[in-house]
Amino acid sequence: MTADLFSDFQQDHFALFGLPRRFALDGAALDTLWRSAAAQVHPDRFASAGDAEKRIALMAATRVNEAYQTLKSPLARARYLLRLAGIDTAEETNTSMPPAFLMAQMEWREAIEDARHGHDVDALERLSRQLRLDVRAMEDELGEALDEQHDHASAALLVRKLRFLEKLDQEIGDAIEALLF
Amino acid sequence: MALLQITEPGLSAAPHQHRLAVGIDLGTTNSLVATVKSGAATVLPDEHGRSLLPSVVRYRDDGRTIVGFEAQAEQSRDPNNTIVSVKRFMGRGLADIQDVGRSPYRFVDAPGMVQLVTRAGHKSPVEVSADILKNLRERAEASLGGELIGAVITVPAYFDDAQRQATKDAARLAGLNVLRLLNEPTAAAIAYGLDNGAEGTYVVYDLGGGTFDVSVLALTRGVFEVLATSGDSSLGGDDFDHRIYCWILEQAGLHGLSAHDTRLLLTRAREAKEALTEHADTRITAVLADGQTIDLQLSQTTFHAISKTLIDKTLLPVRKALRDARIGAGDVKGVVMVGGATRMPQVQKAVGDFFGRPPLTNLDPDKVVALGAAIQANVLAGNKGDDEWLLLDVIPLSLGLETMGGLTEKIIPRNSTIPIARAQEFTTFKDGQTALSVHILQGERELVSDCRSLAKFVLRGIPPMVAGAARIRVTFQVDADGLLAVTAREMISGVEASIEVKPSYGLSDDEITRMLSDSIAHVADDINARKLREAMVDADSLLDALDVALASDADLLDDAERAALDEAMQALRDAIAAESTKDINACSHRLNQASEPFAARRMDRNIQRALTGKNIETL
Ligand SMILES: Nc1ncnc2c1ncn2[C@@H]1O[C@H](COP(=O)(O)OP(=O)(O)OP(=O)(O)O)[C@@H](O)[C@H]1O
Ligand SMILES: [Mg+2]
Repeated sequence: MTADLFSDFQQDHFALFGLPRRFALDGAALDTLWRSAAAQVHPDRFASAGDAEKRIALMAATRVNEAYQTLKSPLARARYLLRLAGIDTAEETNTSMPPAFLMAQMEWREAIEDARHGHDVDALERLSRQLRLDVRAMEDELGEALDEQHDHASAALLVRKLRFLEKLDQEIGDAIEALLF
Repeated sequence: MALLQITEPGLSAAPHQHRLAVGIDLGTTNSLVATVKSGAATVLPDEHGRSLLPSVVRYRDDGRTIVGFEAQAEQSRDPNNTIVSVKRFMGRGLADIQDVGRSPYRFVDAPGMVQLVTRAGHKSPVEVSADILKNLRERAEASLGGELIGAVITVPAYFDDAQRQATKDAARLAGLNVLRLLNEPTAAAIAYGLDNGAEGTYVVYDLGGGTFDVSVLALTRGVFEVLATSGDSSLGGDDFDHRIYCWILEQAGLHGLSAHDTRLLLTRAREAKEALTEHADTRITAVLADGQTIDLQLSQTTFHAISKTLIDKTLLPVRKALRDARIGAGDVKGVVMVGGATRMPQVQKAVGDFFGRPPLTNLDPDKVVALGAAIQANVLAGNKGDDEWLLLDVIPLSLGLETMGGLTEKIIPRNSTIPIARAQEFTTFKDGQTALSVHILQGERELVSDCRSLAKFVLRGIPPMVAGAARIRVTFQVDADGLLAVTAREMISGVEASIEVKPSYGLSDDEITRMLSDSIAHVADDINARKLREAMVDADSLLDALDVALASDADLLDDAERAALDEAMQALRDAIAAESTKDINACSHRLNQASEPFAARRMDRNIQRALTGKNIETL
């Protein structure tokens, strides 16, 4: 019920921070905006206030953090933009991918597997760096699709691809941890 | 008002009462209490001028409980009833405690958390910790001359939800109002950063008596943002003692020692470890219960060799934290050393080698955590200093749910900034299913059995539907203490269930009240008087906060709303004047409700002010 009390909290994440609703984003500006919003609503500011204010501060701070985390990550931001446009990215259900992409995925998996078996942390770190380059390139494409071409279908496919790459990155991270720890 | 108030001259324009608040470092080996006096954080010593309180509690045969140096001095005489390093057992079941045989205690496995068998009965680690905290509360109240408004209690950053909840329960059991649970490395960063005007990325390496934490923080213009944290909640100086202890057993060909001899040799081992910080070698002597004498010479070289793996073990979480923060060792501007065990030269060397720069050792590693906690307590109590700073901390371990096949589904990933909430939707998998059980887990591993089970509850009363038709939304909310609350709601019918995640050993409010009344050997009158004072203090601060709010934002209310609020405030003032606990609580509750829309509008305005100011600057 309290959520209804917030006018600004009905706004989308971009509007909350006064940012234009698009994929391209100035990360440093977002950081600054987040910190100043968080400074206003953090529960530490209300530790000696009444219960009502405490409860609302907790909600407000949670809301501000959620907005920040969604906008900060390119993948989450793209997914969110598509959702605002009424498009479901269907990451769990739609697994059909272009064959070339699937081939590349298999090669990645094999490379990770080889490095894991060879207990080669350096190779894993190298793969991780390489993967980041691929991710970066795909994010550029995503920006193009969303901001320039307004092509939602391509953007949704790119989101699904990026989700695959995110999982790969997690696998590399897990493998590194498993070898180190 | 019954409270003795100390006002601080020239603190603020409006004559505002200085609220007594402290920071407490509840350590495995040593505990401390600190406060901010005339703008400076200081540790409060005991009547003999000693800052540290050994975290040792002895239950004596005359029925008295003694805490600190005296208890420590008697530990080998009465090992079973003298509890040391109890922090290692907080929120832990018998199965979690590595090598139970290593400590001289007799444990009983109570649901969720072990208990220790003492002559004073079965004691849960929460109760033992409460005895330590009570001692520090009394020290602070005697030294500050009044009752405390509240306390910030520090916990290892790597403590999970169960360990945090246990710590909070202990504080409440000790009669403390917990303003915040604060992560130990973050507390250290506050004390260090504010003192040195630090800017950039810093690492805090905190190796205490029983826990290891590492945090990576970004310090930018008064904002302390934790980027990542990692650690090992059962690794510390104690383990170095144990290595020496094992070496002694091996050298002297001993086995099957009594609790008394074990405790004696562990104490000697610790002394040897500390001596080797200053000296190239040291002599270890002891006379065992059967008259056998131990006389050994231990060199630094040997000690370094037998403890090397422990140091290597600390570097793994360091790498993990750097990875999670997505930075390299070279990006770090300074490494702050915290905790008594970082005095060991081989630890300093290993950390220096890892980061390619000597660590910062210019602060007192024993006190810095308590000082940082005191600084935050002062701000949280409403004694605003000049510096406006903000703390953005994270959860150390991922939170998730059990899904089909004994697997964990992560809901909130580790190192998320708190407070945070996440919701996930689930559905039923059988036709006509009317209940769904929710199993809450913490940890990084995929299998449920490898994660810590925090709580289980059942959402009942789901209307029968075909499989997959129900929409059950499970919401995780982590507050600024890093504590989790979970709600589950069936979206179509609105059936709801929620749980404050208190693992089965968690103490309910009633239990705490009962234990409080039992432990304070006071007559009922005293307890009632205390309750009244607490209610009055809370009510006063509520009224103060509203006065401040009205002074700046009264325009957000229309006349009718304003009148209603004024009326509710007056009712509370009348209840305070009448000194009725029941009325004060009822009126406070009513005022809280009446002021909620006002609070929400103010929050909106605050965000808008903060953001529009920034927008003009940056865009
Ligand atoms: N000079 C020294 N050389 C080596 N070790 C030392 C020295 N002084 C203290 N220690 C060790 O430091 C540890 C205690 O450190 P500290 O007081 O910071 O821990 P704590 O805060 O009680 O524990 P924790 O933070 O893990 O809960 C003990 O193991 C003690 O033996
Ligand atoms: Mg400590």
